Amino acid sequence: METYAFVLLAVLAIATALGMILNKNTVNSALLLVLNLVSIAGVYLLLQAQFLALIQILVYAGAIMVLFLFVIMLLNVDEEESLFDKFRIKYLVAFLLGVVIFGQILYSLGGVTDMLPEVSSEMVQIGTVEAIAEVFYTDYLFAFEMTAILLTAAVVGALLIAQYKVKDSGETE
Amino acid sequence: MTEITITSYIILGTALFMLLNSAAVAVYAERRIAGRIQNRVGPNRVGPFGLLQPIADVLKLILKEDVTPHNSYKLIHTIAPIIPVVTALMTVAVIPFGEGIYATDINAGVLYLLAVASLGVYGVTLAGWASNSKYSLLGGLRAAAQMISYELPLGMAVASVVLFVGSLSVVDVAVAQENWWFVFLNPVGAIIFIIAAFAESNRTPFDLVEAEQELVGGFHTEYSSMKFGMFFLAEYMHVVINSMLMTTFFFGSYHLPFAGYWLPEMGTAAKAILDITVFTGKTAFFVFLFIWVRWTIPRFKFNQVMKLGWSRLLPLSIINFIVIAGILFFFFNG
Amino acid sequence: MIGIDWYLALSAILFTIGIIGVLIRRNAIVIFMCVELMLNAVNLSLISFSAYHGDIAGQILVFFSLSVAAAEAVVGLAIIIAIFRNNLSVDITKVNLLRW
Repeated sequence: METYAFVLLAVLAIATALGMILNKNTVNSALLLVLNLVSIAGVYLLLQAQFLALIQILVYAGAIMVLFLFVIMLLNVDEEESLFDKFRIKYLVAFLLGVVIFGQILYSLGGVTDMLPEVSSEMVQIGTVEAIAEVFYTDYLFAFEMTAILLTAAVVGALLIAQYKVKDSGETE
Repeated sequence: MTEITITSYIILGTALFMLLNSAAVAVYAERRIAGRIQNRVGPNRVGPFGLLQPIADVLKLILKEDVTPHNSYKLIHTIAPIIPVVTALMTVAVIPFGEGIYATDINAGVLYLLAVASLGVYGVTLAGWASNSKYSLLGGLRAAAQMISYELPLGMAVASVVLFVGSLSVVDVAVAQENWWFVFLNPVGAIIFIIAAFAESNRTPFDLVEAEQELVGGFHTEYSSMKFGMFFLAEYMHVVINSMLMTTFFFGSYHLPFAGYWLPEMGTAAKAILDITVFTGKTAFFVFLFIWVRWTIPRFKFNQVMKLGWSRLLPLSIINFIVIAGILFFFFNG
Repeated sequence: MIGIDWYLALSAILFTIGIIGVLIRRNAIVIFMCVELMLNAVNLSLISFSAYHGDIAGQILVFFSLSVAAAEAVVGLAIIIAIFRNNLSVDITKVNLLRW
């Protein structure tokens, strides 16, 4: 059961990720990324990380990606002219680099998987809200508060950048 | 996480069926009450008191021609109406309708509700974008901005309820209100939640998204036939769902007021019937409230909506949250 | 329960797709989305390690990475809007004022 679910979600995630980078239309790309994020949230559920799965949907799919869509629609981005007509050598180099990095990751991961402890069932039951909150508000309290400051700074900075009026462009009101 | 039994499937199926029907009932109620408020009769031709009017409406929608505008993005144009319907239906899974009558009880049910609600914005936004029409696009952009903005006060209001309960399970929220409804303990939160729920379901006074006078039909200008019907259905399902959520979070769920103090012990069957009746009654009242407000109050301007959301409701809800947390911590300590 | 290798492989594949996307696309918004995809791939590997070690620290780290991603998205989109305002395009090959 779990294996089938994982295979389904993994295929969905990889297919949507590929679709995202190959699609000409920016809105389609954004939607495929949303699907991708939701399927990754499904994988989190398989790993018993319920809290993070819900947060993933709430924050990524529900807020960040809506923001992306909003900006795409607001800017009315025109489609890139077809992806595969020129710069073929560039794509080849990009693909080769990707393969190299993939190999590196696999190599480094291959070294650690046999160092894992035996999995017991109570080990896996750790992703509940209570368990996360308990660690959050004790061990990681300072970092948590820092996150609040980071988010505030980000909001202020974003407003500052986005509202900055370009002086000598005649069109802005 | 509770085990999923055959009972949960039965409850889920019944709840979904009733939700679909309740949308039809809400449409009928809206038209009759609107007639009443505007001193006219409303639909009364089809069946006794016009009760069969929703069926006639649906039949009309199905028989209409399905137009997909030239130069629209066909795939997204077709998918968009499905999204709000699906998100509305997904909500029912965690709502308790009576003592022990719920489809499932996940330990982060409140987060689940918020997460599902946050996905609903895609339908409206994409519909607006895919139609390739300026009215639709404006409607879609307004929808995205408005729904993101009002999710925050909504979430903070719900969080202030969670403070009282000490659990993110919706069933626990319902159980905790046996004696005191949260509207008595947390009136500010209740008001914020109601306002934000109105904005989330795009109803007057926040129906900028479809504002007839400015945007023709807003995001669904280019929709016809059953695709429009889906949006129509979704709007009323969201009205019903938001009424259910108000009931669940602030108005005692399936409990009568202060039921723990005076309600005698009852048999399981009698209690179940009473619970469901109480829950349905409260939900019906809030559906009526939605309709009542729609035909009584004029629409905001868009800048007023944004201002209300970001500089009034959000700070108010945060202050409310902090005050409640402080009181609970210093005077009740757990 | 299936082995951790599968989760890690999925994470590696998604990360690689993200990198290739960053390298081949010219639309700033899509590049940005590819970065989000890479962040998610890393999150996935963190969570799978966390689950298989029975240690919650990995999930905490993912939470922080989510909040950083939110902050990053906000600022990044603001920058993209600023670029668009100056160039009337989000094609990064046209953002070449500082290029030698």
